[in-house]
Amino acid sequence: MLNFTLWDILSNLLLAARWTVLLSLIAFVSGGIAGLLLLVARVSPVPPLRIAAKLFIEVFQGTPLLMQLFIVFFALPLIGIETTAWTSAALALTLFTAAYLAEIWRGCVEAVPKGQWEASASLALNFGEQMRHVILPQALRIAVPPTVGFSVQVVKGTAVTSIIGFVEVTKAGTMITNATFQPFLVYGLVGLIYFALCYPLSLSAKALERKLNVAR
Amino acid sequence: MSPVKTSPTGRPLVKLSAIRKSFGPVEVLKGVDMAVEEGQVVAMIGRSGSGKSTLLRSINGLERIDGGVIEVDGECVDPGQIDLRALRQKVGMVFQQFNLFPHLTAGENVMLALKVVKKQDKAATRAAAESALAKVGLGHKFDAYPSQLSGGQQQRVAIARSLAMAPKVLLCDEITSALDPELVAEVLGVVRKLAEEGMTLILVTHEMRFAREVCDRLVFMHGGRIAEQGPPAELFDRPSTPELAQFIGMVEAR
Repeated sequence: MLNFTLWDILSNLLLAARWTVLLSLIAFVSGGIAGLLLLVARVSPVPPLRIAAKLFIEVFQGTPLLMQLFIVFFALPLIGIETTAWTSAALALTLFTAAYLAEIWRGCVEAVPKGQWEASASLALNFGEQMRHVILPQALRIAVPPTVGFSVQVVKGTAVTSIIGFVEVTKAGTMITNATFQPFLVYGLVGLIYFALCYPLSLSAKALERKLNVAR
Repeated sequence: MSPVKTSPTGRPLVKLSAIRKSFGPVEVLKGVDMAVEEGQVVAMIGRSGSGKSTLLRSINGLERIDGGVIEVDGECVDPGQIDLRALRQKVGMVFQQFNLFPHLTAGENVMLALKVVKKQDKAATRAAAESALAKVGLGHKFDAYPSQLSGGQQQRVAIARSLAMAPKVLLCDEITSALDPELVAEVLGVVRKLAEEGMTLILVTHEMRFAREVCDRLVFMHGGRIAEQGPPAELFDRPSTPELAQFIGMVEAR
């Protein structure tokens, strides 16, 4: 039987953690962009856009991420769209992130006083101009802490993609456990890696929140 | 704008016909007709809930009316009100709560719509903003943020912000009600100056003395209708409805 040193295990986990980080980044950036579009639709004065955005958000908040992943991975090929573990994972996490960020940001937009909408409307700004120049700059300030806080959920969410065979740090942990029969050690290390990724994010979210409260 | 007081021209600049508006089951405007001529200064008074603020806010489409027609210098607002952009460039509005944009300096507050809506170039925008701020006596506060200004100064910036757009008519919705008493005069001073320069003004106000001194016409609203209107002295001295008599009594007892 082969012997594995601690370093063998850890180095392989760290190599796999790169994919966790990369997938998190992709999900967060593309989810952020999609979330912004979704937010604009959600608060727009056009009822069909508002309803469509609301429906999208409700569906993605009301179903498990795992289901979303299965649907993207298994259902898209049925309608002729070829998927890989990579694209499915990225797509599902992007949609999931977009739905949550849009809803978080909607709260921030609604925290901007109504008078700001009225004053900018009275100056003949249209909806897009109001959002860009008046509402979003103010909403952004409030949005930073909860947004950074949510990024922790995205990092942890990537673990689910191991189910469809995407080799990130959790999947790597499973594979290494199958070879080493040391689940406690391996999953312990996996947990530590997640913690090392998430804890700085949580800390910075808290720091940003404090900074914002002082600035007021 | 000419510095000489121009007298009303007789041309209706703002024309309201049969304006109706309900909030749910409550009808707050029950068919209001009103015309304001160019250069006129009109104050709307009445108890809270009489519909005066709602009427004012409907003139630039902040409240969607349920019936009637609003016409401002040829631009119409009807219950459909799809595109308000043209209308809103002719109608300025100042609010009780100032509503300055807190993330922008005084100068940027004034310049925003000039840049975004009127698409003026940088130099013209800057010049217009400087002259608008100078007009309200705040030329030196161009780079101050709203949080660094007093309530009275903020309200004057808000007036400058509206004026810079060169509106045909300025709507003022209780613009001194949120101010500390010692700051009221500086804001009313600016409004008085505008009135003297011939700006068309429609004000909702509780400042009865100011209304009496500055306005050409007083409109007393009661129960969603115009109960009485005319020259201020006439209305104050010889109210013809018991509602107005009672209202004046209440205000003066304060």
